[in-house]
Amino acid sequence: MGEIDLALVNWSRAQFALTAMYHWLFVPLTLGLSFLCAFFETIYVKTGNEEWKHLTKFWMTLFGINFAIGVATGIILEFEFGTNWSNYSWMVGDIFGAPLAVEGIVAFFLEATFFAVMFFGWDRVSKGFHLFSTWMVAVGSNLSALWILVANGWMQYPTGMAFNPDTVRFEMQNFWEVLFSPVAIAKFTHTTSTSFLVAVMFVFAVSSYYLIKRRHVEMAKRSILVASVFGLISFVYAGLTGDESAYNNARIQPMKLAAYEGLYEGKRGADLVAFGVMNPDKTVGDGQDPFLVEVAIPKGLSLLGKRQFDAFIPGVNDLVYGNVEENIVGYDQKIERGKQAIADLSAYKDAKKAGDAGAAEIALAQFKENQEFLGFGYLQKPEDGIPPVQTSYYSFHIMVYLAVFFGLLCLAYLIYGIKDTIEEKRWLLPFGVISFFLAMIASQAGWIVAEVGRQPWAIQNMLPVGVATSNLAAGNVMTTFWMFAILFTLLLLAEIKIMLNQIKKGPEGA
Amino acid sequence: MIGSLDTAVLQQIWWILAATVGSLFLFLTFVQGGQTLLWQVARNDTEKSLVINSLGRKWELTFTTLVLFGGALFAAFPKFYATSFGGAYWVWILILFTFIVQAVSYEFRKKPNNLLGARVYEIFLFINGSVGILLIGAAVGTFFTGSNFTLNQFNQVTWTHPLRGLEAAFSLFNLSLGLFLVFNARVLGSMYLLNNIDFALAPEMEMRLRRSCLISLVCALPFLLYVLASLLLMQGFSFDENGVVSLVSGKYLANLLAMPAVLILLLTGLVLVVWGVILTAFLGGFRGIWFGGLGTVLVGLAVFFTAGFNNTPFYPSKADLQSSLSIFNASSSHYTLTAMTYVALVIPLVLAYIAYVWYLMDGRKIGAEDISDTKAY
Repeated sequence: MGEIDLALVNWSRAQFALTAMYHWLFVPLTLGLSFLCAFFETIYVKTGNEEWKHLTKFWMTLFGINFAIGVATGIILEFEFGTNWSNYSWMVGDIFGAPLAVEGIVAFFLEATFFAVMFFGWDRVSKGFHLFSTWMVAVGSNLSALWILVANGWMQYPTGMAFNPDTVRFEMQNFWEVLFSPVAIAKFTHTTSTSFLVAVMFVFAVSSYYLIKRRHVEMAKRSILVASVFGLISFVYAGLTGDESAYNNARIQPMKLAAYEGLYEGKRGADLVAFGVMNPDKTVGDGQDPFLVEVAIPKGLSLLGKRQFDAFIPGVNDLVYGNVEENIVGYDQKIERGKQAIADLSAYKDAKKAGDAGAAEIALAQFKENQEFLGFGYLQKPEDGIPPVQTSYYSFHIMVYLAVFFGLLCLAYLIYGIKDTIEEKRWLLPFGVISFFLAMIASQAGWIVAEVGRQPWAIQNMLPVGVATSNLAAGNVMTTFWMFAILFTLLLLAEIKIMLNQIKKGPEGA
Repeated sequence: MIGSLDTAVLQQIWWILAATVGSLFLFLTFVQGGQTLLWQVARNDTEKSLVINSLGRKWELTFTTLVLFGGALFAAFPKFYATSFGGAYWVWILILFTFIVQAVSYEFRKKPNNLLGARVYEIFLFINGSVGILLIGAAVGTFFTGSNFTLNQFNQVTWTHPLRGLEAAFSLFNLSLGLFLVFNARVLGSMYLLNNIDFALAPEMEMRLRRSCLISLVCALPFLLYVLASLLLMQGFSFDENGVVSLVSGKYLANLLAMPAVLILLLTGLVLVVWGVILTAFLGGFRGIWFGGLGTVLVGLAVFFTAGFNNTPFYPSKADLQSSLSIFNASSSHYTLTAMTYVALVIPLVLAYIAYVWYLMDGRKIGAEDISDTKAY
């Protein structure tokens, strides 16, 4: 399939990372704030108290500002698979395209249609229908997350499909396996529950700012109370689904687990690093200690990954060079077999073209023996299969530390909220203000773990990013990278300015 | 039930579905048309606000339909999605850019402290309505004029023109189709605004809209006639029973004659659009949009059916005829098409709730209270 242009691959990666991360600045807020608006409005409809209506309208205004830029940054992602990853789109489009289309049919129209009612329908439709519309926006946003995360889950754990050597692509065999794959489920539940937390922290941040300034005190306290209950439930759920994700990683993406735990030498009863500073000079197979400083929980990683204290957790070294004792085939051997698969596939295609049925049959039989290693055949050397370990490690640990902080904050806000003393806890309120920025960091870090941690694969073990790109000169992608970087930064700045202005104005401006 | 259908039947069903979504998008470009009319028909802030708030309740529907069009093509015809988007890189990127800037403009334009100023967001809307629609038209034009790509034995695309898709806009046929769509969007935009706005606050704008509807049609006509005449006379791409592609004289005329239903769609559509304009410009009617809209959908369907049915490759390659894509060689597997067809069964439900909400929300026209509300755009 030709030589791999590294500059092209890296610019394509950079562009996808840039656009996805920008998009992800806005999406968690949409996912969570839509539900919070629905909660607020439900209380208004139940109690008939106009103050809850003002409160709802205030948060909806902020929701709307955020929603617009979320939509703007989202459209490019739908088409970027085609523009920048066209080989990927062809090879897995038979499976990957479906969830994107379903997302359009069942989710986007719900959002778009009922968004207009939620914003402009206050005196055009009945109270009940308006509430219904607000809930539909929340359901639509989260349904959209479901389908795109099913698609992402499938990239991490390709299931329900088979490779078709005639069309040279992967084809869907079982839609339900794709939809209900354990990775897809964990991805959806973990991503949405953590997004709810991000939105809760947004409500905390704005409300805490008001409490510090002693403005809109009642509204802030009410918002905090509802948000802290939602936050605490989301926190517990995020913890459970995070644990499930790690368990899935151990079975399906052991290299990712090894990377974000900084585990080079696998062992039985592996320790979990609770705190550690990695050795920046560490490379695979050099025998150096990966950590300069480390505080570990004995056997914690085996428990986390395999739910047994003495289970074997493979490290980077085991996965790259193999481990005979533990029956692990190394990347070196997988690459050999992958290259054989590619050669057999080419021979099969050539024989078919030449009309030589006998030769085609032989080549196909040989191909099938090594088919599962096809993706490895595109790696140049075993070390190419290692993701950036330190980036994964630090992202994961930052995410976890911040998650603990969010849990504690939700608990404190709930307790003081119920006691109605939150306003007096002046020491606590600044933590509330910064919590949203920390939540953004945690949420982005989570995606770095998920996506950087699975490099170099576009489709786990099947298709490395190097052969997934479009056939473009790197300069094109470099140009569009900067175009997106400039445009999205401008739009982000505009959004922040508008948002801050609206927050300063408070509910009167809503 | 659906699973027992032949792959060829499913492929045709999905071409019809994709064509329907694409044609609905063309109808919904009344939003883009309205955006380009902003400076022409709205002379003061009140009038501007009426236009923006009227369009602002619909822009997302157009946007979402475009996204669904992309998603449906990806799911049903992934080889087209990969070939066209990955190959004609720049034309698609520029189209997307115009939609990115559109998406923030309604929400941000009137907000204080919006960094760029209201005028820049209005320019964004104009660019989306003009350049965006023009390039979409040029891209659709390549369904008939062909593109510059080859596919290798692994179905990977190589684009053979350095402009990577933008060259489509330098063909007179593609350019004319693009300009026709731009002016047609303005026809639809004027009709929609007339239908949606309460002109108590802006009586003069009503007359301006009626005039611009007529002028836009007059501007659209030469491009339409050129496109139709070329389509009937040009060489077209055709494949035989073995899938071998060749150039055939009068191919698209032959398609229309071989599929009289498509010819009827085309003619009925054109008549409906013209009738919508007559109703709007001469008879003082407010319901032109329904005729113009339905007419546009029918014309859109006729265009897509002519491009994809009757042994016609809908995404032909000028550079290598045998790389051309048809609904039969570019589609997903039987399994995926079946699964997607089951999903598509919910489309009537989606259309029903959109129509219901539209009916509820448009029961009262956009007036003074809508532009003074704090939520107003």
